[in-house]
Amino acid sequence: MQAHERIGAALTAANDAGRPALVPFITAGYPEPADFITTLQAIAASGDVVELGIPFSDPMADGMTIQRSSFEALKKGVSLKWIFDQLDSVEGGIDAPLVMMSYLNPLLAFGYDELATRALAAGVCGFIVPDLPLEESAEIRAALEAKGIGVIQLVTPATPDDRLQTLCEASRGFVYAVTITGITGGGAGLPADLTDYLDKVSALSSIPVCAGFGIREAKDVAAVGRHAAGAIVGSALVEVLERGGDPREYLGSLRN
Amino acid sequence: MSTLFAADEAKLLLDAAIRGEMPDDHGRFGPFGGRYVPETLVPAFERLDAGVREHLHEATFQAEFRRELREWVGRPTALTFAPRLSEIWGAEVWLKREDLAHTGAHKINNAIGQAILAKRLGAKHIIAETGAGQHGVASAAACARVGLPCTVYMGAVDMERQAPNVDRMHRLGAEVVAVESGDKTLRAAIDEALRTWVTDPADIYYLIGSAVGAHPYPYLVRELQSVIGAEARQQMLDQAGALPDAAFACVGGGSNAIGLFYPMLGDDIELIGVEAGGTGPGLGQNAATLATGTPGVLQGTYTIILQDDDGQVQETHSISAGLDYSGVGPEHALLQATGRVKYISAEDDEALEALEELCATEGILTALETSHAFAAAKEYAKQNPGKRILIGNSGRGDKDMPTLTKYPARTRTHASA
Repeated sequence: MQAHERIGAALTAANDAGRPALVPFITAGYPEPADFITTLQAIAASGDVVELGIPFSDPMADGMTIQRSSFEALKKGVSLKWIFDQLDSVEGGIDAPLVMMSYLNPLLAFGYDELATRALAAGVCGFIVPDLPLEESAEIRAALEAKGIGVIQLVTPATPDDRLQTLCEASRGFVYAVTITGITGGGAGLPADLTDYLDKVSALSSIPVCAGFGIREAKDVAAVGRHAAGAIVGSALVEVLERGGDPREYLGSLRN
Repeated sequence: MSTLFAADEAKLLLDAAIRGEMPDDHGRFGPFGGRYVPETLVPAFERLDAGVREHLHEATFQAEFRRELREWVGRPTALTFAPRLSEIWGAEVWLKREDLAHTGAHKINNAIGQAILAKRLGAKHIIAETGAGQHGVASAAACARVGLPCTVYMGAVDMERQAPNVDRMHRLGAEVVAVESGDKTLRAAIDEALRTWVTDPADIYYLIGSAVGAHPYPYLVRELQSVIGAEARQQMLDQAGALPDAAFACVGGGSNAIGLFYPMLGDDIELIGVEAGGTGPGLGQNAATLATGTPGVLQGTYTIILQDDDGQVQETHSISAGLDYSGVGPEHALLQATGRVKYISAEDDEALEALEELCATEGILTALETSHAFAAAKEYAKQNPGKRILIGNSGRGDKDMPTLTKYPARTRTHASA
């Protein structure tokens, strides 16, 4: 099994068990770098796939919560190299397939070939790059796919139908269906007319579709779970960590 | 950076640039440029790209744009001979007076051009970012002129040091939003404008203020600002009787510089861009992106940026808010890599001195941004006596009074200059 196929397998296994898959997001090394692996393991125990945010100085697609966590992690010295070193130190690896969310520049600075090698060794199966449209992605996709690692494409309610098809075909692991036209961490909640949009994406995609942005409560997970394979929970989880709350308890509450 | 290409490749790229073939269909200036934007904005950028192709060089758009430049902006701006400065420097110094354009800087050329475009594209709301406030003021004025609401994003740090411009924007009917995230300067303001655009890509038009960002912005801004160089070139021939030996412009994102340089790329003129040297050469002490940066992706474009080894973009320092930017337009990255334009820097103190000298000798209070170009030109004149020098006087310094009052004027009388 190639690394990117582990993602789909984990999501499908959750659906086969009769529930929507859960994909929790954390900013790596937030709130405390020393607690990174403990936090990650707690989250991996509750999530089917874990999305790991790489802090960046200019998170232009993110709202205040993820911006704050990103700047705080940077201030405390978190870097991509540090994250790989930490992941490598975990005996037996992390339980869930990992997906890294990073803006392009830290990946570019790291070097794509080195990135692919270290990602594979660390159990990273896919990358989400929010400022990298498909048209600019040939080089990094080639380097990652050579190691079996996928680039996950995002689609949005603003994506025209023909482009939606292209993006679904190009995506590996899952298709990230952004629920809103906006940035992460919006307070408005899920839009009412999600059904048609998610059904359309799911129909076009041969791999699982996960919905993200605006998912905060069990009812949100259930709502998107009826029309997609899984739900991605980002800002709401980072807020729990920010408050010093228990991430396992929060993620458990989403399954009720 | 000149080692980026082999000499023959650099020449091919430069020849293509001179022939007007840059950017290519993918928005590339050689390896630089491109479009690195969130998926939500991809359709908006495709609409903008199509709109630029349809309207920008179309006759009725050009007629309206030219009329507004003439009747509202006050173009052509003057070319002024600077006799006293020339005598002191041992050179023949000419100034392209963008400070005389409506609202006090070159920014208005781009703002009115894009506002007319936005109207044609059916935009309902215009957003803009601003550093020194000049682009914010120009955008507010242009939006009032075409009748569209305008919101300007401005770093909290910049709002403090450019307070008069904040008030001007309010009076011109714009809403000004203080950006408290990131470095609280121009870069954070651009990030925030992009975040806002993501929320309503169909109705919002993002009126970017410099030749930066994703394609087609660097191209669009260059085309609108090239009026500076086209006018200056002809005025030099008419008034000086010859083209200059060298032309200087300050570079933050680089819109006034590309506007001045682009029509002169094929001429035998030394072109010199001047960045902010801040308080020194260390990372974080300056905004000398091209002089000390490395290739990377920032805010939608692959260009030269100030970053650490991990690809984190670094904060900058400059006395001038308008040059305080960690990136630079991708076309400048190409022009540096091909060796056509030389990019150097001037430090805060040198810029202040140049500002005072110009005030005292020619009665022109230039902007702190522009002062960097004067400082570098003076140094050039010292090394190369007797040259004919053109300086892009990109803006006036009235907005800098809150900063300038912190520095006692050293040149108090005309006689002392």
